[in-house]
Amino acid sequence: MSRLDIHKTYKLYIGGKFPRTESGRYFPITDKKANVIANMCLASRKDFRNAVVVARNSQNAWASTSALNKGQILYRIAEMLEGRKEQFIKEIENQGSTRKRAIKEVEAAIDRLVYYAGWSDKYQQIFSAVNPVSSAHFNFSAPEPMGVVSIIAPEEHGLLGLVSAVAPALVGGNTVVVLASGTLPLCSISFAEVLHSSDVPAGVVNILTGDKKELIPHMASHMDVNAIIYCGKDADEIKKISQLSSNNLKRNIFYKKTDWFNEHTQSPYFIEKTQEIKTTWHPTKI
Amino acid sequence: MTKISDKNIFTASWSYDKALESTDHVYIKDQYELFVNGDFIKPVEGKYFNTVNPATNKVISRVAEASAADVDMAVMAAKKAFKKWSALSGKERGKYIFRIARLIQERAKEFAVIESLDGGKPIRESRDIDIPLAANHFFYYAGWADKLSYAFPNRKPSPVGVAGQIIPWNFPLLMAAWKLAPALATGNTVVLKPAETTPLTALKLAEIIKESGIPDGVVNIITGAGQTGAALVEHPYIDKIAFTGSTAVGKFIKNAIAGTSKRLTLELGGKGANIIFEDAAIDQAVEGIVNAIFFNQGHVCCAGSRLFVQESVADLVIDKLKQRMNSLMVGDPLDKNTDIGAINSKKQLETIESYIRIGKDEGGEIYQPKCKVPKEGNWCPPTLFLNVSQSHRIVQEEIFGPVLAIQTFRTIDEVIEKANNTPFGLSAGVWTDKGAKIFHLTQKLNAGVVWANTFNKFDATSPFGGYKESGFGREGGLHGLKPYVKFD
Repeated sequence: MSRLDIHKTYKLYIGGKFPRTESGRYFPITDKKANVIANMCLASRKDFRNAVVVARNSQNAWASTSALNKGQILYRIAEMLEGRKEQFIKEIENQGSTRKRAIKEVEAAIDRLVYYAGWSDKYQQIFSAVNPVSSAHFNFSAPEPMGVVSIIAPEEHGLLGLVSAVAPALVGGNTVVVLASGTLPLCSISFAEVLHSSDVPAGVVNILTGDKKELIPHMASHMDVNAIIYCGKDADEIKKISQLSSNNLKRNIFYKKTDWFNEHTQSPYFIEKTQEIKTTWHPTKI
Repeated sequence: MTKISDKNIFTASWSYDKALESTDHVYIKDQYELFVNGDFIKPVEGKYFNTVNPATNKVISRVAEASAADVDMAVMAAKKAFKKWSALSGKERGKYIFRIARLIQERAKEFAVIESLDGGKPIRESRDIDIPLAANHFFYYAGWADKLSYAFPNRKPSPVGVAGQIIPWNFPLLMAAWKLAPALATGNTVVLKPAETTPLTALKLAEIIKESGIPDGVVNIITGAGQTGAALVEHPYIDKIAFTGSTAVGKFIKNAIAGTSKRLTLELGGKGANIIFEDAAIDQAVEGIVNAIFFNQGHVCCAGSRLFVQESVADLVIDKLKQRMNSLMVGDPLDKNTDIGAINSKKQLETIESYIRIGKDEGGEIYQPKCKVPKEGNWCPPTLFLNVSQSHRIVQEEIFGPVLAIQTFRTIDEVIEKANNTPFGLSAGVWTDKGAKIFHLTQKLNAGVVWANTFNKFDATSPFGGYKESGFGREGGLHGLKPYVKFD
């Protein structure tokens, strides 16, 4: 007697919980043969706003977590992902990839997490400066996280793209609200399960699945979001994000690349993109 | 108890004689043209506007108003010059910039006087701060020109192209230096537009730039108002825009260039928190408060315009502050005794006065010392408001004048919360004798520049710029190179 498979219900990831979209809407994801694999949540503006609230509330504590600890948490994510490799490979295959490519993507995603885990307590040293001012002051400039960051993950590579966009913002002490790939969304929610079991505090990473057209305007215009990362090439979307984010001078970061396997898609400069530089002056004369 | 303010401890029984800076050595033309492609040319439409001395409201000179056609000529000149300038070795580029620094130093006195005449700031400030710092900026970035490969580990920087730079009227020459020096050092060419109320030192700088022998078209300086700025922002051959000014205009620019490949850095408004703890050296802190808000008539984007005093020392601090305000001298910018000069323009004076009215209407308790000011000109006495809270407009909005809003606090967490409760994030100050408290605060305050036991200090090596709606990008120091380079 054959056993009936248990299918996973894919939900959203907000504030360390897995709620369904408050809107009750869904969109189906199909395999190559047009069989429905999953009904994904079609997240709403309200879901996004809820996610920003929890991201904001968890940002200070995450930024204050020691660099060493943040690095270990990122490394922990890599460990958890490694342990569940097979699940992710299958999901990527289900969404139309070859097994070979799927393996390559999952392994690259794990390695990328390890890469950024290692930067956690080093990028500050690369981007800081002690400034030799002419007056009797000790003066230094160092990076600080921008705060809450909206991320529109790459459409390509549902797992690797998402990890490549999220990890540098995360290791830099930002909290994020991510809109996953619309066509390859399965891994994003499974990745949320990995985050959930990796000591990432609730609310630090929030993942939504849904429609870019619908959500981008809210992600770009929300007044309590400090920066927005858009991965993609759509000129209209880029323009819209630039316009809408001028209302609170949200920082805009556009990654137009499509190949996230490339070695140029990881560097401490990706971390720097979501950092502000703070300069501190302190007298030295008594 | 006798309040300190009842005793006039700072007031002497004698009064100061005027100590006027001489204007003999200063040469100002009756009319200034546009500096385009190494020449001083008349504007296409033949329009000029007057620049006035805000201390007398008398016309100093006539200045060309650049139309879109003039802007186009300037941008095309910069575009044409870019190829050779960017290909020139860093060493040679640097030499031109060193020359500019030296030429400013040689003519520093003249620049200082013109800055005070045209903008209204006290001669002490233009002489000791604006002009030397401007020269230092050129000197600092000149040295970077042939060392850029050390600035960005594992990256090869190249210049962006033609930079359109728009600067404000509060530190006219200094802002020109902040914009020009890093742009030139990194191999960009520039079209710079000074503010319409303070164009003279930038035009004097144009003479120096010509004198330096820098190739034609590398630096173009065009004068005009908002329309000129808009034409510059919209010009298709501008690759990078650097703007210093109001948050409203900054937002407008960001929106206007959306969808283009133009890069943007913005240095905008602020509402800096200045925080005095009970364990601070109180007399020093009072001087710090004065410097934070009354420096340059409060026309400072990073001014400490929100004062937070710990409740236990609030009465004492406010009392001493009022007393100190009584002794501030408001008047002729060219008088070396002057602490607070002229408000930069009639329009700005109206803005400040309207905020003072708003403060009173919303229930704030105002204090202004009685001071004698000249009959002509734009003057505003140092002003403070008590009895205001976070929701008052004079606490939330940038006034850009000598107006201080004072609130009190009890705990550290409370003051951090209050200080960060603003859309701005440019500057903050902390006064305490305890080191750990300083760094706890400087880490928690959301601002690009944080001063401990000091305020309004600037240096060419020190990056400056804002968080949140105070803009993005840094000027000064190593970090100030980044807005002007791209990576392969």
